[in-house]
Amino acid sequence: MKSSTICQDWLDSLPTTEGCLKNEQSIGREFLLDQGMPSKKDEAWRLSNFNKLNSFLSLPPIIDNEDIKSQYKSIFPEKDVNRERIIINPKQNPNKNINLPNGIEKLNNKEIEENLGKIVKSTNIKNDISVCLNQASSSNLLALKVKSNFNQSLEIIIPSIEEKSISTRIFLLIEEGAKLDLLQIFLGNNNSAQNHLIEIKLESEVELTHGLISLGEEKESSSICTLAVEQSKNSTYSLHSIHHGWDYSRFEPRIIQSEGEASTIIKGLQVTKSKEQIATHSLIRFEGPNGKLDQLQKAVASEYSHCIFNGSIEVPQKAQKTEAAQLSRNLLLSKRARIDTKPELEIVADDVRCTHGATVSQLQDEELFYLLSRGIDNKHANSLLLKGYYDEVISHFPKSAGKWNFLEKLIQDIKK
Amino acid sequence: MISSTSDTILSIEDLHASVEEQEILHGVNLLVKEGEIHAIMGRNGSGKSTLSKVVAGHPSYKVLSGSIKFKGIDILELAPEERARIGIFLGFQYPVEIPGVSNLEFLRVATNSRRKELLKSELDTFEFEDLVKERLKIVEMNAAFLERSVNEGFSGGEKKRNEILQMALLEPVISILDETDSGLDIDALRIVASGINRLSRPNSATILITHYQRLLNEITPDFVHIMADGKIIKTGNKDLAIDLEKSGYDFIDKNNKGKEMAQ
Repeated sequence: MKSSTICQDWLDSLPTTEGCLKNEQSIGREFLLDQGMPSKKDEAWRLSNFNKLNSFLSLPPIIDNEDIKSQYKSIFPEKDVNRERIIINPKQNPNKNINLPNGIEKLNNKEIEENLGKIVKSTNIKNDISVCLNQASSSNLLALKVKSNFNQSLEIIIPSIEEKSISTRIFLLIEEGAKLDLLQIFLGNNNSAQNHLIEIKLESEVELTHGLISLGEEKESSSICTLAVEQSKNSTYSLHSIHHGWDYSRFEPRIIQSEGEASTIIKGLQVTKSKEQIATHSLIRFEGPNGKLDQLQKAVASEYSHCIFNGSIEVPQKAQKTEAAQLSRNLLLSKRARIDTKPELEIVADDVRCTHGATVSQLQDEELFYLLSRGIDNKHANSLLLKGYYDEVISHFPKSAGKWNFLEKLIQDIKK
Repeated sequence: MISSTSDTILSIEDLHASVEEQEILHGVNLLVKEGEIHAIMGRNGSGKSTLSKVVAGHPSYKVLSGSIKFKGIDILELAPEERARIGIFLGFQYPVEIPGVSNLEFLRVATNSRRKELLKSELDTFEFEDLVKERLKIVEMNAAFLERSVNEGFSGGEKKRNEILQMALLEPVISILDETDSGLDIDALRIVASGINRLSRPNSATILITHYQRLLNEITPDFVHIMADGKIIKTGNKDLAIDLEKSGYDFIDKNNKGKEMAQ
C-alpha cells in the first residue's frame, strides 16, 4: 500500500477533533492531509525505513477505555520512596487521579494557552512530521509545573497497549530556581506504537536532570518521540537517554538555549539488534552568548540492525563565546549491521569553540584478549566490555533506575 | 629451590610461530621446572614478547610447528581463558585500558574463574574485598585503584603494579612477566620485584622477560636465556646477564660470529 493511502486511512481512523487539544488536532491533521508522509527526498527522513514507518501508522489508535481494560496489566517495579510516579493511562485524562507532591502543580488553562506548542514551534523544523503525527492524534495533555525554588523528583511511565497506537502529550514548566530529577520510561508491547510530544520550559536558574529509558521489549513495537526543551539563562539541562528493543524508533531531542548563558549535557545511547532501526535526530540551538553544550551519542548495532544519528548544532551570530562539543561513538558488531552518523554544525558566530567527532569501531580485540588471559570466558568478557561501553551514558542515571533492568537487557540482547 | 627431581611445568620444543604471515619464532626450546626463575633477555624484535603471547594463546599469533606443554598437557588447543584458568599468567608489557569496566569487578570475575578451576568456592563481593585488600599490600597499592576502570588513567608504574596484583590474586603456576620492569622508577621497581619474590612458591615458576640487569638485581634468576632472531641462542646463570649489561648485545653477536666462523 502507498504511504499516502496509509496516512489517509490513519487520519480517517482518528476520532473527531475534541477536547483541550482540539485546535492542535486540527493543525496536525490538516498538515498531514496537505503534505502526506515524508519520502526519501526529505533529508531528515532519508534513511528512515518507510516500511516500518508505515507499520507504525497501520495500528489503530485507542478509541475508548474498553480497548485497553483487558490488556492494561503491566506490572512495574516498586516506586522510589522519594519519587512521585505518574503512569500515563491512554485515553484517560492524565491530569485526573494523580497525586502531586508538594511543589508540583497542574497548569491552569491560561498557562497552557500561553505556553503549549510554542517551544516546538520555535525549533523551526520544516515539514515537522513527527510533531504533526502527535498533534493529529493526541487527545489528552499532562501539563505540570514545578514551582519556583522547589526540589522534586518525578517518574513518568508510559506503557504501550498490544495491537494499538497511543499518543501522549506532556508539557512541563519548571519555574525559576527549581530543581527537578525526572525519570521517564517508555515501554513497548507486542505490535504496539507510541508517539510522544514533550515540551519542557526551564526558567532561569533551573536545574533539570532528565533520564529517559525507552525500551520496546516485545516484537514489532515502534516509538516516535519529540522532545522540545527551552532553556533560559543560567539553567542546566542534562538528558540521558537509552533506546533499545524497538523495531522502529525515532527520537528527536531539540534544545533551544533561548538566551544562551546556559548549560546543556546530552548523553544518548541506542542499541539495536535483529532488523531494528533506531534513530536520534538532535538539534541544539544557541540564541545568545556563552552557551555550553556537551553531547555524546553512542550506538551499538548488531545482527542486521541499523542505528542513525543526526546531530545538528546551530550557533548564530548572536551566540558568541559558545562552547559546544559533540561526539558520536559507535560500535558495529556485525558485518550486516549499519550505522549512519552525521554531525551538522552551522556556525555563524566567529568567537566560539565547537568540536565534533565521530568514530565507528568494533569491540577491541586487545581488550578482549586481556580479559580472556585472566581466565574470564568469552561470553562474560564480552558482557564486561559492553557494560564498559554503555557506562559513559548509564552511569548518569539515578541508581534507582536500575530496577528497570535495562542494563541486563542491553547486554543479553546483544550477540557479538 | 631447584632440585633435579622437580616437576616440569612448561616445556617448549622447537616452537615456530608467526604473526600476520611473518614467522617470528624460529624454533624455541625452553624447559621450566617447579621453583625456577628464568630470565629471557634480548634485543627489541628478538621474539621475546611473541613467545609470551604465543604461550598465553593470543589469537593473532599462529603456531606453525613445535609444541608447548604445561605439566605434560599440550596447551596449543586450549583457548586463552582455559590456559589462564589452569595457571598460566601473562603479565602484559602494555596492560590494556578498559574504560567503564570497574577494576574491582574485573579482578573478582578473574579470581573466581581461577578459583573455580582450583575447586575453591567462588567469592562474593564482600569476601573478595577482604581478599583483595590483603593482596593490595603486596604491591603497596591504594584501594582507590579498585574503584577506577581497569588500568584507565593509571601511570606506567600503577599499571604494572595492577598486573602483579592480578598475579597475587590468580596464584598462577607459571607467570610470564613481559617487561614488567619497563617504565618503572627505582621505588616502583623495588615494590614490583619484592611482590614477585613474595609470590614465588616452590611449586610455581616465573619467566621474566627483560632488557635490563636491574630487575635481576632484585630477583635472582636461576637461568638467563638470550634470545635473538626468534631463538634462544645462549643460556647461562645470572652472570650471563651481568656480562650482557657490561658488554651489550654486541658481545653476543661477536660470540655468535666466532662460532659461525669456527663452523
